[in-house]
Amino acid sequence: MGEPDPTGRFGDFGGRFVPETLVPALQELDRAFRSAWADPVFRTELDDLLRDYAGRPSPLTECHRLSEELGIRILFKREDLNHTGSHKINNVLGQALLARRMGKSRLVAETGAGQHGVATATAAALLGMECLVYMGEVDIARQELNVFRMRLLGAEVTPAVSGSRTLKDAVNEAMRDWVATVEHTHYCLGSVMGPHPYPWMVREFHRVIGTEAAEQCAALLDGPPDVVVACVGGGSNAAGIFSGFADDPSVELVGVEPAGGAAVGRGVPGIVHGMRSYLMQDEFGQVLEAHSISAGLDYPGVGPEHSHLATSGRARYEQVDDQEVVDAFVLTSRSEGIIPALEPAHALAWVAREREALAGRTVLVNMSGRGDKDVAQMMDVLRDRI
Amino acid sequence: MGPFEAALRARRDRGGKCLVPYLTGGLGSWTAQLRAAAASGADAVEVGIPFSDPVMDGPVIQQASELALRAGATPPAILDELGGADLGVPSAVMTYANLVDRAGWRRFASSLSSAGVAAAILPDIPLEETGPWCAAADEAGVETVLLAAPTAPDERLERIVQRSRGFVYAVGLLGVTGERDHLAASATRIAARLKAVTDLPVLVGVGISTPEQAAEVCEVADGVVVGSALVRQVLEADTPEGSVEVVAEVVSSFRRALDAG
Repeated sequence: MGEPDPTGRFGDFGGRFVPETLVPALQELDRAFRSAWADPVFRTELDDLLRDYAGRPSPLTECHRLSEELGIRILFKREDLNHTGSHKINNVLGQALLARRMGKSRLVAETGAGQHGVATATAAALLGMECLVYMGEVDIARQELNVFRMRLLGAEVTPAVSGSRTLKDAVNEAMRDWVATVEHTHYCLGSVMGPHPYPWMVREFHRVIGTEAAEQCAALLDGPPDVVVACVGGGSNAAGIFSGFADDPSVELVGVEPAGGAAVGRGVPGIVHGMRSYLMQDEFGQVLEAHSISAGLDYPGVGPEHSHLATSGRARYEQVDDQEVVDAFVLTSRSEGIIPALEPAHALAWVAREREALAGRTVLVNMSGRGDKDVAQMMDVLRDRI
Repeated sequence: MGPFEAALRARRDRGGKCLVPYLTGGLGSWTAQLRAAAASGADAVEVGIPFSDPVMDGPVIQQASELALRAGATPPAILDELGGADLGVPSAVMTYANLVDRAGWRRFASSLSSAGVAAAILPDIPLEETGPWCAAADEAGVETVLLAAPTAPDERLERIVQRSRGFVYAVGLLGVTGERDHLAASATRIAARLKAVTDLPVLVGVGISTPEQAAEVCEVADGVVVGSALVRQVLEADTPEGSVEVVAEVVSSFRRALDAG
């Protein structure tokens, strides 16, 4: 997984479809990221933060009981053990350091489940920056705990009240904010989506997941796993872990989308949020609302590199429904003592469903976040079972 | 030169200032509102084709777009009605890239010219992404109006005015569409920077909220696009007839201010 072309495209996907006002800022961001990424001082500062503050490297856990139960050798890359509880911190520390290097004093972000919002609020607190997070009104109601965490960390949380009032609309609000504040504000976008250079830059900030996992697998297995699985909303945790294995054609890459938000599985190419990519839309091009049990995957689009990986055949994208996700959430909690976030529970649900096809193989799952944030919601869902 | 640019130049050549009101297509009695705007001193009109995710628009146009979509507005239906609207002035559509992409660049461009639409404004297609659209629009004889923002360096403004047709849309401030209490200093500044590099009509839009602000910016600019200030009054009108009357009133008040200035 390399650099996009000079127009920011991976194959036919990507680009920079934004209001004219933002183009100079995106060009500046592209230059600043290239320079920082090639600068050993910046890299060392980020690596130190990832180690001493975020707790990297994250472990690779061999899941003995789950493996026995499903008849598959299952490994988890433990991004749930990072500071703030998910992989999101990798990208946010990178972007916050970059924003400071660019002389920007304020961060805006969008968030769905609140994990990216919490991570951004955390980085802003760490570096003494102002922070505003847009969150759909619907998501604010179902992720109360994360809203409080963001406010506790000193960030302002503003509801997105237009459209479907979920992640898609939070992105719109963050972009509108940035159009007005671009001179002193950095838009800390939370996934491998949006206009160039975000899809590429965010993937590079998450590359550490794949790099570590490849080394850890080599030590444990004497080689790569057979299959690497990750959930896909925008697709940042998947892009991160795929990047460690994409060059080895023997490794199968699988992205798992929620059935109600399957941009690759059910969408057609379109243009929204600054990028050309697969998109759930109607016959006239109006963007459809996604529906998923997990606020973090409730997104009708997908990062452009995933669209490219799908059309080139390098990765495949599967779907699971909400019930399968709930079952996997319980299964993983009980067989491994790990309560997963609902997002990686999608990846686990696919593994559990495909246990016969995967029998005897080694499967690496990106455990992209922990389930604490989802416990209140799941108490309602599981009231009759537990 | 296309009909949109010709209409604006004609006004400017007479020593006047250009007025282009924006209205949301598919919302209530929108074609009657457009006719009222044309009869009240508009040199041309801009019609929004509503999109589900309008990132360049503030709360007023967002609300108008949502209402129009909920009422069943679609691009083909709007273009059909516009084609028969008999406005007497040239029209431009303003919409977002995905509606164009979904129809197909060439098919959308030819559907505009079939409907008698002179020009197109696509705020999420910046200069670098204009290639396929402009090729299709040029072939169909549709004038593509490009936006020029205060953040652009001089060399970028020069490239924008070279590729723009009809007029160049000067973005008056850093921000999305919507009303503001005062005219931003950036509005006059961007107009002056553009006037220095082009003979195309330079119209300022985004944040032009009152006739006084319009007259003030037109001390430098060739004209204004007025959107949210007009659409808000349409949304507040109690009846379809009332919305048409209020469009006539608002457009007339801008016309008078521009003529007096």
